[in-house]
Amino acid sequence: MKRVIIVLAVLFAAFSVFAASENALEIFSWWTGGGEEEGLLALFDLFHTYYPDIEIINAAVAGGAGTNAKAVLKTRMLGGNPPDSFQVHAGMELTDTYVIPGLMEPITFIYKELGILDKFPKDLLDIVSYKGEIYSVPVNVHRANVVFYNKKIAEEIGMKKEPTTWAEFLMYLDKAQQKGYIGLSLGDKNKWTSLHLFESIMLAELGPEKYNKLWKGETSFNDPAIKHALSVMKDLLKYVNSDHSALTWQDATRLVFEGKAFCNVMGDWAEGYLKTLGWRPGVEFGWFAVPGTQNAFMLVSDTFGLPKNAPHRENAIKWLKFLTTVEAQDTFNPIKGSIPARIDADKSKYDVYLQWSMNDFSTKSICPSIIHGSAAPEAFSTALMDAINKFVTEQDVNKAFKEILWIAEDNGYVTD
Amino acid sequence: MRKKNLVIGISVVAPSIIAIAIFVYGFITWTLRVSFSNWNSFSALLRGEYKFVGLRNYIRLFQDTRFQTDLWNTLFFTLFFLFGTIALGIIMAILVDKGLKGSRLFQNLFLFPMAISFVVTGTVWSWIFAPGNLPNNPQGLNLLFQKLGLDNLMWGWYTSTDSLGHFNLALIPVIIAAVWQLSGYTMAMYLAGLRGIPNDIIEAAKVDGASEWKIFWRVKMPLLTPITLSALIILGHISLKIFDLVFAMTGSGPNFVTDVPAIYMFELTFRSNRYAMGSAIAIIMLLFVAIVIVPYLFSSMRGEKR
Repeated sequence: MKRVIIVLAVLFAAFSVFAASENALEIFSWWTGGGEEEGLLALFDLFHTYYPDIEIINAAVAGGAGTNAKAVLKTRMLGGNPPDSFQVHAGMELTDTYVIPGLMEPITFIYKELGILDKFPKDLLDIVSYKGEIYSVPVNVHRANVVFYNKKIAEEIGMKKEPTTWAEFLMYLDKAQQKGYIGLSLGDKNKWTSLHLFESIMLAELGPEKYNKLWKGETSFNDPAIKHALSVMKDLLKYVNSDHSALTWQDATRLVFEGKAFCNVMGDWAEGYLKTLGWRPGVEFGWFAVPGTQNAFMLVSDTFGLPKNAPHRENAIKWLKFLTTVEAQDTFNPIKGSIPARIDADKSKYDVYLQWSMNDFSTKSICPSIIHGSAAPEAFSTALMDAINKFVTEQDVNKAFKEILWIAEDNGYVTD
Repeated sequence: MRKKNLVIGISVVAPSIIAIAIFVYGFITWTLRVSFSNWNSFSALLRGEYKFVGLRNYIRLFQDTRFQTDLWNTLFFTLFFLFGTIALGIIMAILVDKGLKGSRLFQNLFLFPMAISFVVTGTVWSWIFAPGNLPNNPQGLNLLFQKLGLDNLMWGWYTSTDSLGHFNLALIPVIIAAVWQLSGYTMAMYLAGLRGIPNDIIEAAKVDGASEWKIFWRVKMPLLTPITLSALIILGHISLKIFDLVFAMTGSGPNFVTDVPAIYMFELTFRSNRYAMGSAIAIIMLLFVAIVIVPYLFSSMRGEKR
């Protein structure tokens, strides 16, 4: 018994020394698997070469595509025990949850000090800002409005040019279906993928300018374009696999890989997945922006911010400054399979697909994704996700449109 | 001496009583308090001002079509799950109790599924019932049907949005998985009950010329009533608060055909930050379980007094 107590005491002492270590830096994220973790560790290594004295504590929480980590983070922030810096999606996921309640410190000074305000697209900085102050550093960028397709099937159905309108797209889906393929694969067992599809259609119908104004309260949700987006979705659903609600997004992407489905609308993490399955971008699979969204870039971005009362504020600022550098961004992103948020990064480090995406990122309008936390508060996106989930089954355009208006009204958006 | 014993007794029990008071009853009270509040966003929670809104969260829930679906799903899931596990449990117990050759092996075999976690059961059964892209590309069970030439048995299983009245047919595969998992456990309970019936009663019945069937219904079953009651309570509360099996197997399903209150509670609380609404669901679920358990507690307490 005595021995157990001594061991416990030693452990406790060791732990408290570790926790109280003066020169530490605690980084919170949900990057625990695949390329993400490797990328994060590569960042840590690089950070170490600049600041060898700072001890990094990797407080990553695994599981649930970040939902577990988000729950842990909320508890820590509520309990007044914030990490030094944490991963969060750009936009409302940070603003609504932590900035508006006053838990974050603005970091505009970092951008000004380094003179890098023009090194990030203005639209992106707008998304991570609240009332004129910037609150986080975007590290990576994914594009959500991309169609990935099987090139062999494309050839078989005679697709020479990538479709840019719904009419063309539907025609190819129809041809694919006639040849016995699934036109558009969908895997909405976890519900979010159907909203992922719908938000791209919404963007196509509204156009990037109007779409972005929705979230600023400058245009109304009561717009025929949104209703029309629902009927476009209804048309697309005719070409979807019947077992969509039994599949995840990986399963749906796999259907394209296995030659069972012609195409799939997904964020470009699907590109990374297809590559791990052994396909080469531009050879076995091609891609194009969701029809009608050629001049828009639906953004999914991970950022890091500075919580108030961070235990090692100085180190956290060093970390954030480090993340803004081209070197750090070019270290992390090729491993994770995403593009850097800086527009002056080294393109030669990225594959053909990512170069295409980088080009669009610096030239097209950037629009925040709803389901990936950037455009609207979580309460809005989960409610909309439920409404779209119903719509996929019932396919009642009027009813779904009415529900969207209610949800928008509930969350304080314009609906007149 | 007596007093000393009392002091020792209290001090031994006190830690667990205090822990239960805080972590069970304290938190139930807290959840009840939250369910009457306006804490439906993270910032409202952070501000920490308690605003009493009465039954607003409850009213909103009962008007919510998703929650209505959840209630129907719970009702039908519970009914079929209880019926399935108990019926199958009795049948397996009788077969094992007959002491036929190899019955020991089967006794263990039937019990094994209980040792698996619901998440594993859910994942495996979701593969078995995965419909595939019908009609050309079936999977799992549907593929088997196709190979056997039973094409018209192929069905969407848990992706089906058909319903009979309020009963969503997509629940059938989930019920099968749940019954598979827990009927072995019910069998074990009945087996213990059957083996506890004194042989002389049965002998007496036999001497009186009762048939096997009559012995079972008139002698054994009445003696097994307490077992049935405990099984109903244990399985009933599992089914009323089921989460992991459904979450791993089907999720909410298309148009919420396989959604249950626990999943909705989880999503409202941890995805939408609607803490007050989530707490309201928690309280409603607690009431359901209480409706099942409280009468049982009363009757068993009365029984003890006697």
